[in-house]
Amino acid sequence: MSVKLKALLKSPWVFHLSTGSCNNCDIEILDCLTPRFDIERFGMVLVGSIKHADVLLCTGSVNRKCIPKIKELYEQAPKPIIVVAIGECALSRGMFINSYNCPVTLDKIIPVDVYIPGCPPKPEAIIAGVAKAIEKIKKSKLQR
Amino acid sequence: MGKTIIPIGPYHPLQEEPEFFQLVVDGEKIVDVFVNVGYNHRGIEKLSELKTFDQSAFVVERICGICSTSHPLAYVMAVEDILGSDCVVPERALYIRTITAELERVHSHLLWLGLAGHFLGYNTVYMWAWKQREEVLDMLEGLSGNRNNYAMMKVGGVRRDFDSSSFPGIIKRLNDIVKFLQTIKKAVLDDPVLHARLKGIGVLTKQDCIDYGALGPTSRASGVDNDVRRDEPYAAYDRINWNVVTQQEGDVFAKAVVRIVEMFESINMLIQCFNRMPSGPIDANVKDVPVGEGIGHIEAPRGECFHYVKSDGTNRPVRHKVRAPTFMNLPTYKEALIGETISDATIILAGIDPCYCCTERVTVLDCCKGNKEIYSQKDLIRLSQEKTEKLRQRGC
Amino acid sequence: MNKDAILNNIKGKFKDTIKDFSEKSPRRVYIEIDPKDIQDVVKYIFLDLGARFNTASGLDTRSHFEILYHFTFDKLGFIVSIRVKLSKDNPKIHSIASIIKGAEWIEREMNELIGIDFAGHPNLKRLLLSDDWPKGVYPLRSDYKEWDKDAIRDRGI
Repeated sequence: MSVKLKALLKSPWVFHLSTGSCNNCDIEILDCLTPRFDIERFGMVLVGSIKHADVLLCTGSVNRKCIPKIKELYEQAPKPIIVVAIGECALSRGMFINSYNCPVTLDKIIPVDVYIPGCPPKPEAIIAGVAKAIEKIKKSKLQR
Repeated sequence: MGKTIIPIGPYHPLQEEPEFFQLVVDGEKIVDVFVNVGYNHRGIEKLSELKTFDQSAFVVERICGICSTSHPLAYVMAVEDILGSDCVVPERALYIRTITAELERVHSHLLWLGLAGHFLGYNTVYMWAWKQREEVLDMLEGLSGNRNNYAMMKVGGVRRDFDSSSFPGIIKRLNDIVKFLQTIKKAVLDDPVLHARLKGIGVLTKQDCIDYGALGPTSRASGVDNDVRRDEPYAAYDRINWNVVTQQEGDVFAKAVVRIVEMFESINMLIQCFNRMPSGPIDANVKDVPVGEGIGHIEAPRGECFHYVKSDGTNRPVRHKVRAPTFMNLPTYKEALIGETISDATIILAGIDPCYCCTERVTVLDCCKGNKEIYSQKDLIRLSQEKTEKLRQRGC
Repeated sequence: MNKDAILNNIKGKFKDTIKDFSEKSPRRVYIEIDPKDIQDVVKYIFLDLGARFNTASGLDTRSHFEILYHFTFDKLGFIVSIRVKLSKDNPKIHSIASIIKGAEWIEREMNELIGIDFAGHPNLKRLLLSDDWPKGVYPLRSDYKEWDKDAIRDRGI
């Protein structure tokens, strides 16, 4: 496994992107920073720019207006980057599968590594999902 | 001197591009605002025509995550309006609806309080307010089964009953939240730096509120005395004692005062409901919806939420119109932002408490010198926090 | 003024243009008028009677288009809805954005989702749909068909 990938396991910096969601999942991600769950003790920090990020958290059923922006963002992200899809909408658009403004799922646009189901997933589930992703990388199961 | 359009990055800490607001600035002052929406449009009105009346209540819950019980309640009341006097909702169900709506109001205002503290540089307020919010979410989870999408509302009543043996514990925890709020009230509302920072900023006059049709705490802070809970009482609001909270100045400080005092009122209402709740059935057992049209409107944490449903006798609606309160509040940004400086932009934007699912990013385009100078959202928040620090050092 | 006085005033002032007046319940009144008089009626209800503009909803029935303008009288606690019917081949009506500033956005939304033309609107651009959405395709019409060949609508099971 490359040195770069090992390095980002120590304290991954997290960038969050919403592609048209109801913001429930986004608030649950923000909840992870609050004193009860407190992911900052693992070194995870929310960053303001994609260029500093090691992990990309995506929520939301992919909106037509957002599709060019998602592609642009993924181009700018420094590789290797781990993409995590959070919530039913990011997995398969959930109940919006027949909506005229949500044509495709997220994994048809950018490659996704980890899926966290739930509507919304509780903060415990989000932390467990990110921890599982890190475990997988340690066992070199993810090819980059 | 030429006009400068500065792109501001996202105002919300977690959002990224694309443009949502474009502020045209001349030096430091804002002279014009362009708003760009549509990044959360998921076509829910068209989806409702494919679902039955019962299924629509679940779709509507996911319009917004923070006011997730306001939309189902307004929708269910619109369908009950079609039924008219054929449908009588039982007393216990009315009290359960009131309790769910008021608990949601408390957690939504605590969320706003935390974010406003973060934008101003008071990160302790941010952490404390969200910690107390976890207590409220625990109460909701104990009563309804989930922290966020409670799925309580049903045409003719509610779907799940409350366990009365848990009420004394909940009342005790609500009193603990009141103690926290009193600390906040003393620390926040009497702080001279906050007075200098928030008073007179982002003023929205009463006439503007009436012209644009602004709703909720945004308009009550400007002296417009509207509250659906008192004007057209629904659920159990006409059976308990409470007051409507208004202020007169219309600036961001007045909006903060309205929201904090509303939290005290909500907890008072909750304790009355828990003590007076009658026993009995929770569902009116509605079978069919006849031909007709109905309107349901309720007071969500951000304003009045309005649903219109038209039915043709089958088990699916013909038309379902949804109007969230932020839709009427967003155009008032034009009045509130013009004439203010960039460092106040974030707190004015947070003042109307937009539901994030209706808002994305703010961009301020700077084209005065011909180049695009982009302030990211972190830059905007940093500008706002620096201004607070300067005021504190000057010894206001 | 109480509720009956308000309704009698409306009935008296606009008796030539009112086609249907029904009080469905004590708090819901539906009035149908001729589309060409919409500005006069809205001016009277909003400016003279002091009602609050709630929203407007457009609808596509088989035979015609319909718009409902909802106004709330807060102090008395009832809603008046003004209904106008427009023809299918040329749905056009005068805009009320010059009287009520808060009506600008809802008219833009009805224009792009149902296809109703509002004459005299200051800024009739797209509000919600993206720029690559084709012109002339209106999602909320009853004859809307999926135009996107790349859309995926099954779960793949």
